[in-house]
Amino acid sequence: MASRIEIYSRVADARAGNLRQKLEAVPAGAKITSLELADVYTIDKPLAADQQRKVADMLTNPVTQVAVFVNKRNGKKDFDWVIETGFLPGVTDNVATTAREGIEDLLKVTFNREEGVYTSQLIFIRGKLTDNEIRQLTEALINPVIQRARYKRAKQYQQDGGMGVELPKVRLSRKPRVDLVDIEVNDERLVEIGRLGIPNEDGTRRGPLALDLSYMKAIQAYFRQRKRQPTDVEIESIAQTWSEHCKHTIFADPIDDVSKGLYRTFIKEATNRIRRKKGKKDICVSVFTDNSGAIAFDDRYLVTHKVETHNSPSALDPFGGSITGIVGVNRDTIGFGQGAKPVMNVYGFCFADPNDDQPLYRAKNKQQKMLSPRRIMDGVVAGVNSGGNCSGIPTPQGFVYFDRRYKGKPLVFVGTVGLIPREINGRPADQKQAQPGDLIVMLGGRVGLDGIHGATFSSEAMDSGSPATAVQIGDPITQKKLSDALVKEARDLELYTSITDNGAGGLSCSVAEMAKESGGCRVNLDTVPVKYAGLEPWQIWISESQERMTVSVPPARWPKLRKLLERRGVEATVIGQFTDSGRCEVTYCDQTVMDIDMDFLHDGLPTRPLTTTYQPDQRPVPDLGAIDPTKALLALLARPSIASHSFISAQYDHEVQGGSVLKPLQGRGLVNADATVTRPLLTSPKGVALSQGLMPSYSELDSYAMAAGAIDMAIRGIVAVGADIDQIALLDNFCWCSSNDPQRLGQLKQAVQACYDCSLAYETPFISGKDSMFNDFKGFDAEGNPVKISIPPTLLISAIAVMESAAAAVSLDAKLPGDLLYLVGATGDELGGSELYRWLADEQGKEFGGPVPQIDAKQNRRLYADFYRAAREELPASAISIGPGGLAVALARTLIGGRLGARLQWKEGSTARLFSESGGRFLVTVAPDRQKRFETVMKGCPLTVLGTLSYDQQVTVTGDRGQRLIHSSVPELDRAYRATFNQY
Amino acid sequence: MATPRVLVFSGYGLNCEEETAFAFESAGGRSDVAHINDVIDGRIKLDRYQILAFPGGFSYGDDTGSGQAFGNKLRHHLWDELLAFVRRDTLTIGICNGFQIIANLGLVPAVDRQYGDRQLALLHNDSARYTVRWVDLEVTGHTPWLRGIRQLSIPIAHGEGKVYADPETLSKLNRKGQVALRYVSGEICRYLNLPANPNGSLEDIAGVTDESGRILGLMPHPERALFFTQLPHWPLLREQYRRRGEPIPETASGRQIFENGIRYFA
Repeated sequence: MASRIEIYSRVADARAGNLRQKLEAVPAGAKITSLELADVYTIDKPLAADQQRKVADMLTNPVTQVAVFVNKRNGKKDFDWVIETGFLPGVTDNVATTAREGIEDLLKVTFNREEGVYTSQLIFIRGKLTDNEIRQLTEALINPVIQRARYKRAKQYQQDGGMGVELPKVRLSRKPRVDLVDIEVNDERLVEIGRLGIPNEDGTRRGPLALDLSYMKAIQAYFRQRKRQPTDVEIESIAQTWSEHCKHTIFADPIDDVSKGLYRTFIKEATNRIRRKKGKKDICVSVFTDNSGAIAFDDRYLVTHKVETHNSPSALDPFGGSITGIVGVNRDTIGFGQGAKPVMNVYGFCFADPNDDQPLYRAKNKQQKMLSPRRIMDGVVAGVNSGGNCSGIPTPQGFVYFDRRYKGKPLVFVGTVGLIPREINGRPADQKQAQPGDLIVMLGGRVGLDGIHGATFSSEAMDSGSPATAVQIGDPITQKKLSDALVKEARDLELYTSITDNGAGGLSCSVAEMAKESGGCRVNLDTVPVKYAGLEPWQIWISESQERMTVSVPPARWPKLRKLLERRGVEATVIGQFTDSGRCEVTYCDQTVMDIDMDFLHDGLPTRPLTTTYQPDQRPVPDLGAIDPTKALLALLARPSIASHSFISAQYDHEVQGGSVLKPLQGRGLVNADATVTRPLLTSPKGVALSQGLMPSYSELDSYAMAAGAIDMAIRGIVAVGADIDQIALLDNFCWCSSNDPQRLGQLKQAVQACYDCSLAYETPFISGKDSMFNDFKGFDAEGNPVKISIPPTLLISAIAVMESAAAAVSLDAKLPGDLLYLVGATGDELGGSELYRWLADEQGKEFGGPVPQIDAKQNRRLYADFYRAAREELPASAISIGPGGLAVALARTLIGGRLGARLQWKEGSTARLFSESGGRFLVTVAPDRQKRFETVMKGCPLTVLGTLSYDQQVTVTGDRGQRLIHSSVPELDRAYRATFNQY
Repeated sequence: MATPRVLVFSGYGLNCEEETAFAFESAGGRSDVAHINDVIDGRIKLDRYQILAFPGGFSYGDDTGSGQAFGNKLRHHLWDELLAFVRRDTLTIGICNGFQIIANLGLVPAVDRQYGDRQLALLHNDSARYTVRWVDLEVTGHTPWLRGIRQLSIPIAHGEGKVYADPETLSKLNRKGQVALRYVSGEICRYLNLPANPNGSLEDIAGVTDESGRILGLMPHPERALFFTQLPHWPLLREQYRRRGEPIPETASGRQIFENGIRYFA
């Protein structure tokens, strides 16, 4: 018998008010006159009455709450409808896990595999609503991919004596077994297996393998030689290992005349050349080989950085997708070297317009409705909030960017900076080596159906076949326990020899990857802890269930590690042993279910030479004749990619760990910053500066300039806060679309060439990168017409630099009246892809082109080096990098930040140039007594005095003939800047 | 006098233990971070310490109510030891999630010395959203932790920080001087143009003590306000100091709380 405990608040519950407000977005929501919540725990375990009472007391706060048992009618009368929402079977329910742990501790009992705790929420609604309207509200409340809901009228509720008990148990009917896969079939069948998955007996498929014909043929040849059919475990395992997501084949395969592929020829080669050139001044320590890249922090520490994307899962379940993304990239830090401590999180979100309410469907006939852009945005923002805040990692740095082409798939960039000693007990901490004979130990969470086919799913476009099991929800507390036990204790006791994260491909990838270090592995799937019975062996092997790490442990150290982890509440299980057999062997129920040569598994995939074409888009240039610059500025400040997103910055803890220096919101006006500074080590004055750059609006016009612009934007942001260009390292995240189309590949090749050229010219090495190549949506609109939405090719460049003294950092806000305003750098007539043109295009329903800003990296490097000298002498009172919206927007942000007015003169050419996004530029304020020195230091650079800051709130820009170009006030600019998201 | 020893709890999602331990160390104490399970199984004994700190964090992910599950674990396994500790002439502080924990445990406010009674709740912020910002605080109670301080500015970061108690408890708290800190509009609120009360706390209460004043629970984070460069307006202040030819400070006001804690045993 299950017990159901409902907990009601006796005082006003802010969550109810918030939910009511959210539901007002739905037409029926306006009819709600009152709304109340109750939290429900359903305990599927026999409990005596006194035990029930004790559990209820444990779950209730007596100051404000009261518990009600379902078997006693609560007599609730003041409502018309009640909706109950909860998770679907098998979906991670963190609150239930905590409740179960608490019950076990309280009653000294244990739950067996058949028993469990489930949470749900009751929403009591008052209002004259029809059945149909309640259905609408329910639809707005839940995401059917992960949640369940039911509703009752009050009368029905009274008759039934409440909602009744519902147990969302996972029931798997089939007895698990291993199947052989017949691949001695014609090419057409091979293609089907590769694209749709292994066929089940009932004709359904197991889900995408993303193996094309050449790959299937290679697998066929391998097994033909061994005179046997592969098992399903083997096929699924190869599919994971060979996936685009894991092998990055598009960057590795020959492309046109580039025989060694884009990554080796351009990205890696640039870093190698820069490192050789810098010699003793090389900042790199570990590049491209580990889960993160690492640069020097000081004589004793390294800092690591890694940025990932989690796009496809975030489209289906935005909260689950983004929380899994952020806690997943944390594990790339914990899995660096012997284990680094996560010290900063970063984010970057690309969304469609949250006001766009035109529905999209993944299947025909209005089936499988996509979540709206607003719900995707809300969910993604909340997921990173929960993941980062719960983990106690500050999130100083991030951005949001909007374009309608992100409607099919949002981009969710998440990154983590780590701190690790250079040496632990005299050994280099960035090195690791699993030895033959070491035990394979899985740590953290258990394995379930969540996260099956994540790697292969994200290697393809999203459509109606996209698997819901690919969705997971992160559990940051399980991971926090794991992280603390490893990085703060086990690491320094040398209890393991190697460590890696269980990410894409689950055990199949993490174990096989570590097995490269020893030369082989043997795994027994029977020993892997599972969430529930009935998982197929192939599912156990490839599931991406979260919060797991794999470590290699010398047998003699295992007892000590096991005891330590037990005391820290971390589950750890030996699942096999590393070998030097040259084979990856897996057993299940005393049978060998996988036996593949390591060489074939890792390097058996055939190369697929790629060819490209390249034709930049030619589009007209808008007529600027009629534009009022003041109006344009106010409109640009309200553009979602420029407007204040302080509602995000202020809900992501950036103060935890105590190292905040330049915060995400700066100045009196709390302006969103382009770069931030944080001290990762409280005993050191050094800071870590972070910034990001991306310019997807340039992609279709000139993808070389897009990549160069992103690199310059990232570097410029970090230079503006006072970092030394010689200390900057870069990370690349390519998010592309339709990467089997030669034109898209041509754009990619252009962008990669720009990465090579610019990183060499700036002498800023790449230390880590990741790509996601198929960000396309294929589905249907409300009329049933097929729709394909591809993202604009998007390159995110993340920059990181160590600053000698964090206390020398420069913030963006104007400081004191009388200070001089300087434009540093040259402005060109290059408005193609600019925010001004994007605004006009949206206004006029057109697409505009025009010349895109070209980056002169050599010249910029000199300017940035000079600016660093000025910053070191503490000459700038403020500095801001000039980005989207050009000088006009940079000026507005500086003034809003300082709540100061300004008088400026603009004599640098056309009025449109106020909005030009030419790279290599800053807007700087300087105290009058430092004017001379500043001008001396910067004398080799284009430098223009624009005007001075004033106490009054007036903002005036006059032209060369004294005509007024911009006339506004700080409050007016501030209102425009905040209007877009002030209700979020 | 020997250096006072500070025990800072950790485990199950607490996450501010390192900076809290650092704050006490830089104030002259000797800090040990101890996993709750190591205290429960007796590896670490409370009687060797003078100061006990429950740091901020997300114990058990705030599941089932913030600080509730961690509080239950302490109540089931360490209640006698904790009572013995607070009955000695010791100091205890609970910061943010640590405050939520000791409020659920009934260590604060323990009006009428009813230790173990839950008398005060920390509810969801009125905004129903996790909020990170700086606040100004006025000292309104009598506690060694706040001796010599009238106002201070430090940050908050919480989703459930609205202080709630029934009217009778509130009036007792006021009468007995157990309201230690209130949100007020001061330097930071003026600088950032923000309202004083960030979460809807009744009577703007930000922190309370027990009747002895030796146990302090507060939502804001003093350990995040140790350095000048943590202040939201330090870049402006730096310019002002520089232009006046004055030296640039190195510390911020949160530090005093830890210094007071250590000084109590001097």
